[in-house]
Amino acid sequence: MARMKFLCDADRCIECNACVTACKNEHEVPWGINRRRVVTINDGKPGERSISMACMHCTDAPCAAVCPVNCFYTTADAVVLHSKDLCIGCGYCFYACPFGAPQYPKVGNFGSRGKMDKCTYCAGGPEADGSKEEYEKYGANRLAEGKLPLCAEMCSTKSLLAGDGEIIAQIYKERVMKRGYGSGAWGWKTAYRETIES
Amino acid sequence: MTSFGRSIRLALGAWALLLLMTVVPASAQQVNPTASAVKEQQLLQELNRIQGRVSIPDQRSGVLEQPQGREWREFRNVTLRWIGGIAILGMIAGIVIFYLTVGMVRLEAGRSGRTIVRFNGFERFVHWMTASCFIVLAISGLNITFGRPLLLPLIGFEAFSEWSQWAKYAHNYLSFPFTIGVVLIFLMWIGGNIPSKVDIEWAKRGGGLIGHDHPPAYRFNGGQKMIYWIVVIGGGLVAASGYALMFPFYGTGIEGMQMAQIVHSIVAVLFVAAMIAHIYIGTIGMEGAFEAMGSGEVDVNWAREHHSLWLDEQKARTGPNDGQPQPATAAAE
Repeated sequence: MARMKFLCDADRCIECNACVTACKNEHEVPWGINRRRVVTINDGKPGERSISMACMHCTDAPCAAVCPVNCFYTTADAVVLHSKDLCIGCGYCFYACPFGAPQYPKVGNFGSRGKMDKCTYCAGGPEADGSKEEYEKYGANRLAEGKLPLCAEMCSTKSLLAGDGEIIAQIYKERVMKRGYGSGAWGWKTAYRETIES
Repeated sequence: MTSFGRSIRLALGAWALLLLMTVVPASAQQVNPTASAVKEQQLLQELNRIQGRVSIPDQRSGVLEQPQGREWREFRNVTLRWIGGIAILGMIAGIVIFYLTVGMVRLEAGRSGRTIVRFNGFERFVHWMTASCFIVLAISGLNITFGRPLLLPLIGFEAFSEWSQWAKYAHNYLSFPFTIGVVLIFLMWIGGNIPSKVDIEWAKRGGGLIGHDHPPAYRFNGGQKMIYWIVVIGGGLVAASGYALMFPFYGTGIEGMQMAQIVHSIVAVLFVAAMIAHIYIGTIGMEGAFEAMGSGEVDVNWAREHHSLWLDEQKARTGPNDGQPQPATAAAE
């Protein structure tokens, strides 16, 4: 089985936000929630850099470890998913996540959180693959259709790579070799405890 | 004029093109256009967090990476469970051992049959409002920390989530009457709870818990003053840190919420341990103690043995004739 990962080649990201838009549209993500976003560091200054970030589907995922109701599960493709039926909206996964991936619709009084929403790697949720219930709760299940996450598919500069970790790491290494530079796989050390030498 | 200008520009353009064609191919492959750009490791080493700008409305998502959630995870899953487990189980074990060896603190002079008002209706209302909220808050809070390893395997995912969902609602909503209760307790009993020399003597004599000693005390003895300050300070801390978690991003970020959760949970488990002791001494731990918060009236002999100075004060205020024999059951509001 594949070990699915995201890799953002920060030297190619131009902050076009196509990934963000593709994601919101594909899954009909509710207003106020972004499963993916592009962060620009040193915006407008020399040394500016943009990185597209969503749930990294960590190895030994912190969200799953701290969840009080154990609503997370890891698929055979190492995609970290959760059940919105079990989620109680406590916010603990949000405290633990290194990438700010969990999002909460604001429902009810005070700051009370609804069911957590995050990137599913376009792999839906615990409901039957491609079912209406699954779509309503988690969005499209492209993985079940043999397709990769839409954010990476739509990336205008092919900066964002999605797929089996070893394959995308190989693609990235070849790029770095050919062009002669690279800034590493952002977030990989935190998410997977490994980096790609560049 | 124009044709001359054009030919000059053309010549310059051709010259530039020639330059580019000869110079660029040799170096293009090695030029790193983002060589001066920030590096991930360097940013993480500097601040342990990477932040930037986002163009979506949610500005908080500008934090790209914050690996310190790892330490918080370790606290929440390991450290806290040890602290809470030792504090609460240790307290229960200590009480059980104490009860089995020393037993209930008896009324040595027996009941006099005469009673004296200790807590009026309002005081008892505030006490029980705070206490009942506390019990629900404690159980629902402990569920978040200990439910997954202890309760979930017993009742299954669906039932445990359903229960935890309701427990969360109860935890959030009952925090308000609880906080009001803590504030009222602070205000209405502050007068009797300023530590004094009497408390040092009381503490030196172990509060009279063991043996037949009855160190003098005013309305609140050293132990009760400790409980009072635990409630006021502990209650204040759990309330403040709890609201920081309930209203995410109002004055805090993720790091602030991690800190708030650490303060909230440590204070809460110690608070629970202290309240177990309080509940013990107020019920099966001491004869005649529960009445103070039950009917509000205690036996005069109880007051003499445990709060001698307070009884003297009360007698001086109401006069000696007030101590008429009366059935204890005639206590009326």
